Amino acid sequence: MSECLTTKFNDILFKNPVIPASGTFGFGREYEAFYDLAKLGGLCSKGLTLEPKAGNKGLRLWETPAGLMNSIGLENPGIDAFINNEWPHLKELDTVTIVNVGGKDEESYLTAIEKLNAIDIKLIELNISCPNVKAGGMAYGIKAETAADITKKVVEISRHPIMVKLSPNGEALVDIALACEAAGAQGISLINTLLGMAIDYKKKAAVFDNQYAGLSGPAVKPIALRMTHQVCQAVDIPVMAMGGISNWEDALEFIMAGATCIQVGTINFNNPMAPIDIIAGLEAYCVREKLDNIDQIRGII
Amino acid sequence: MAVIQSNTAVIPGIYKMCVDFSGEVKPGQFFMLRAWDKDPLLSRPISVHDYQSGQLTFLYQVVGKGTEILATLLPGNEVTIQGPYGNGFPQVNTDLCVVGGGIGTAPLYYLIRKFKAENPNKKCRIYLGFRDYPYGVDEFAAVADEVILDVGGIITDKLSVLPEETVITCGPEIMMTAVAKVVPPENTVYVSLEAHMACGIGACLGCTCETKAGNKKVCKDGPVFERGVVFNV
Repeated sequence: MSECLTTKFNDILFKNPVIPASGTFGFGREYEAFYDLAKLGGLCSKGLTLEPKAGNKGLRLWETPAGLMNSIGLENPGIDAFINNEWPHLKELDTVTIVNVGGKDEESYLTAIEKLNAIDIKLIELNISCPNVKAGGMAYGIKAETAADITKKVVEISRHPIMVKLSPNGEALVDIALACEAAGAQGISLINTLLGMAIDYKKKAAVFDNQYAGLSGPAVKPIALRMTHQVCQAVDIPVMAMGGISNWEDALEFIMAGATCIQVGTINFNNPMAPIDIIAGLEAYCVREKLDNIDQIRGII
Repeated sequence: MAVIQSNTAVIPGIYKMCVDFSGEVKPGQFFMLRAWDKDPLLSRPISVHDYQSGQLTFLYQVVGKGTEILATLLPGNEVTIQGPYGNGFPQVNTDLCVVGGGIGTAPLYYLIRKFKAENPNKKCRIYLGFRDYPYGVDEFAAVADEVILDVGGIITDKLSVLPEETVITCGPEIMMTAVAKVVPPENTVYVSLEAHMACGIGACLGCTCETKAGNKKVCKDGPVFERGVVFNV
């Protein structure tokens, strides 16, 4: 692989800017049957909470035009199981592991972060934007004050850099991003899923037990691109962007909008090779455009 | 990508598609199919109806946009198939009693054909239940020792399981639940579940089902489970 895609996110070196997104990639094991994970710039773990979480009951997926609604509810084995069962495997991979952390209250966030201090991960994605859990989750991420408050407390106790994952459902995304930056966040990632609703008219009922659920996929891309551009214009810390990125052209648009790295989410379900296809597409683009590094077109819009 | 050999209606709304494929495929496994770009978004999980070296057969019901597109495909067209996924049906060393309902009969043909080929001295009976129009009955009659058919009624009302039989069922959940409840506890019963799924490989957690051993993924841990694991019986 050529050097044209090497990307620095603060002082973290990614061999390329393409990273499978949390919640679409498990802990990587399922995709090892398709390709060597070392080809990825990095990977982002399934959202972890302090305690194991069974996730939501009822229907969890609903397809929409060019989109996918989910109400998984952060099903995960918990931080301890991750450290004991998944981290030994992940740390041997020649790629950057990002650990996504969610919580139900301040104490659970902080305890989870403290436990992660024991292992040598490169970056934590602080999830204050999951729309599918009743307590915590998005509740922290929709107001600048609460987002900044939890970010500050987490940054103070974490020995790892903190990238805050923002919700598109908040009051003023740029204000929230700036507040997180001021609170010490070393990066921003966006967007989490858009809060939506589905009704099964045949059953005369809401599709999801929680009524509302998160929308992802190509349908959300224009919104995610706009939000990425706005936040990149406003903050000085790097941004990792996602939202409907399905091919290298989509990825390039987010990089042109200012994203340092991009995360690939829902498309993994359709095409397990999507991140690899995107890396190849970006590399070919750099060659065609005679770019020494993709940095040269980052943020040109 | 797989090249389609044939794709024809068995009865209105039920199609049989044969595609080129080589590899190992077990009864009860499934593939993710798509023949479109972004709309609909997800691939469609379709169970294996039959497999012989070089030819993979799917029997599917047209229920929405994805399967509508699949039904329009012609011989020579290509379809993306990912798989085989799932664990499939377990090896059975006893006589077999199979209970299928509607399109849930689709994966049972390969099961029975392979079972009889590998166990010519063992018996296999199949109960087939359909709401309105039956299909595939002659094919099942050619491989099973006995076919018990019901159209428009409740197939489990006819069900009588012999002491030495292992029971395998696939169909509407209400039917499988009834099978799980009425079959004596001495008989082993396996159920093949269906669920909404996005990836088919265990990453999306969309198809999680509650079991007595915690959450399991229908796609990766199943789709076949022992009845006591997923039903309160």
